[in-house]
Amino acid sequence: MSKVTGDNEKHPLDAYLRTERLPHIWCPGCGCGLVLSCFIRSLLKSGLNLDKVAVVSGIGCTGRVAGYIRLDSFHTTHGRAIPFATGLKLANPELKVVVFSGDGDLVAIGGNHFIHAARRNIDITVLCVNNFIYGMTGGQLGPTTPLTARSTTTRMGSIEEPFNIPYLAAASGATYVARWTTAQVRRLEKAITEALLKKGFSLVEVISPCPTYYGRMNKQASGLDTMKYYRSNSVIKPDIDLKYADIKLNGQIVVGKFVDIERPSIPNL
Amino acid sequence: MPEGKYLAGEFFMSGDEACAEGAISAGCRFFAGYPITPATEIAERMSQRLPEVGGIHIQMEDELASLAAVLGASWGGVKAMTATSGPGFSLMMENIGLGLMTETPCVVVNMQRGDPSTGLPTLTGQGDMMQARWGSHGSYRIIALAPNSPQELYDLTIRAFNLSEKYRLPVLIMSESATAHMYEKVVIPPVSEIEITPRRKPTASPEEYLPYKPDSDLVPPMANAGDGYRFHTTGLTHDERGYPAMSAEAQDKLIRRLVEKIEKNRDKIIELDEDGIDDAEVVVCAYGIPSRVSFRAIERAREEGIKVGMLRLITVWPFPEDRIRQIAGQVKAFVMPEINYGQVVLEVERCTGGMAKTIPVPHMGGGVHTPELILDAIRQAVR
Repeated sequence: MSKVTGDNEKHPLDAYLRTERLPHIWCPGCGCGLVLSCFIRSLLKSGLNLDKVAVVSGIGCTGRVAGYIRLDSFHTTHGRAIPFATGLKLANPELKVVVFSGDGDLVAIGGNHFIHAARRNIDITVLCVNNFIYGMTGGQLGPTTPLTARSTTTRMGSIEEPFNIPYLAAASGATYVARWTTAQVRRLEKAITEALLKKGFSLVEVISPCPTYYGRMNKQASGLDTMKYYRSNSVIKPDIDLKYADIKLNGQIVVGKFVDIERPSIPNL
Repeated sequence: MPEGKYLAGEFFMSGDEACAEGAISAGCRFFAGYPITPATEIAERMSQRLPEVGGIHIQMEDELASLAAVLGASWGGVKAMTATSGPGFSLMMENIGLGLMTETPCVVVNMQRGDPSTGLPTLTGQGDMMQARWGSHGSYRIIALAPNSPQELYDLTIRAFNLSEKYRLPVLIMSESATAHMYEKVVIPPVSEIEITPRRKPTASPEEYLPYKPDSDLVPPMANAGDGYRFHTTGLTHDERGYPAMSAEAQDKLIRRLVEKIEKNRDKIIELDEDGIDDAEVVVCAYGIPSRVSFRAIERAREEGIKVGMLRLITVWPFPEDRIRQIAGQVKAFVMPEINYGQVVLEVERCTGGMAKTIPVPHMGGGVHTPELILDAIRQAVR
C-alpha cells in the first residue's frame, strides 16, 4: 500500500493509468475506481507481461475502465465485450484478455454472450462490477436490481427477480467464480489475481456502490453508508449452494470463492 | 501456408465455396459466424479449411457476437471474416458501426435472400442494398462489392480483404442466394500470383504512436493488441490519441475524415464492367445476378437493332456517380433490373439529374428476371 506523502498530484499506480484523461467521470462514492485499483494491483501481482494484457469493456460506467488503463484497451459496443474478447483471444492466444464491465452490459444486453462464453469455457477473465442499477443513463432498473428496489423505471419498486450472477456463471460452466464487495479489498485483489491466472472462463463479481442512483433511491444515501452496509451484511460462505447466493434488497450478501475447477478451455484444448 | 493445403487450378464449386476459398487465398485466418441460409456453406467450408491452414473457425451464439468476434480477431492481428444473410445482416449493423468508427479491417459477406424479415430463406433477393449503404446509424461511407459468379466471389473476396486493409473498414460482399448456390468453374491462381495488401503497421515508437493520426491518404497505421503500443480504441468520437472527445470539433474532424478517406479514393475503389456504351441509346445498369440475365436481353435487343450498352456495377458502394452523370449526358435512358422494389436505381436517377430517363425493372425476389422483362424495358426506353 502507498504511504501518505502529502503529494496529491501522484498516485502509486499512475504509471498504469492514462493520467492525461483524469479526472475520470465516476461520481464521488462510486466503486469503479476502487475496483480498477484492485485490478491493477492484481495484474502486478500476477506477474503477467503487461504488453500482452488487453482490456475489453462494453458500455456503461464500468465500461469506461478501458479508457483509463494504460494497456491495450477496447471500448466496444453495449453488451458485446465478451464476443469481441473471444475473437481477440482466439486470434492471439498469447494475450491475457480481460473483460471489465458492468452488470447491465454483461448480463442484460450481453447476457447471451456471457452464458455462451462460460459454456465454451473461453480462456478470458470477466470482472463484473455490479451496482444493481444502470448508472450511466441515470438510474434505471438493471438485471440485478433486487426485488422491490426502486429505480427511475420502477418508482414503486421492482417486481422482477434479479439474476444471481455467480449462480448463472457456475451453471453456465465457468471454471472460476468469486464474489466480493468493494469493502473487502484484499480478498477482492486475491480473487482477481487468481482469476487472471486461471485457465478458462473466470468470473469475479464485485458488488459496488452507486450512491448517486441506487443508493439515493434505496436508503443508502452516501457511498459510505453503502460500504457500511457491505461490511455488516457480507457473509463469507464459499461452500454455499449458489442457488441461495441471491441478493435481497438491503439483505445479506454472500461472498467468497464459489467455483475453482479444471475443465478443457478454448483455445487451450 | 502449409504445403499442399492451398488450392490452385480449375475447380467446379459453388459461390459459397468459392467465397471461402477466396478468403483463404487472401490470408483470412479467422471466421466467426452463425448458420443461416444461404450462407451456411461458407461457414461449413471455413470450419474445414481454416484448421488446415492454421486458422480458427468459431460458431458464435448469434450474428451480433459473430461480427464482434471478427472485430476482436482483427485487432489481434488476424484477417477475419463473417458471412450471413438478411436477418443476420440486420443484427450485424451495430458492429459494422463499431468497425467503421474504430477503423477495423474485416470482411462481411451477405448472401441476400427474399426479404424483409425471414422472407424467403432459400430463394434469392437483393433487398439489402440500401441497408448495406445506410443500415448502421450515422454518417459514413462503406465499400460494397457485388459479384455475379462463383469466380467473382473468389476474386472479389480477395479484393474485399485488400480494400479493408488499405482503407481500414469493414468491406461488404453483397451477393445473393442465386450466386451462393450456383456451381461453375472457378480458377484459383497459384499463390505467388495473388496480390495481397498487408496491414499498414505504425513506424512511430509506442511513446509517440497516435493510433488515429492518419497518413496523407487519411488512413492511420494500425498496431495490433500485444505489439507493445498499449493503445486505446473506442466507438465513441475520439481524437488522434484514440481518446474519447465529446465536442462538435472532434466530431467534425473525425467524421469528415472517415467519409473522405473513401470519397477521395473513389477512383481506386470503384470497379465497373462496361460494354457497348459509346454509341448506346440505352444502358442497362445492373449488379449481381440480374446482370447475367441482362446479357441475354441485351443480345436480343441488339438483334432488333437497338443500340444497348451494359454498365455492370462490380463496386456498388461507393456509387460511381461521375460515370453515371457522364453516360446520362449521352443516352436516352438507363434500364435497371434489381431483385427488390427499386433501391440502387434511386442512386442512378439522382445522378442522371434528369438528363436521361431511368426505368426500374423491379423483381420482388424468389427468382430472377426473365430476359423478356428486361427486353421490354429496353424497348420502352427507345420508344
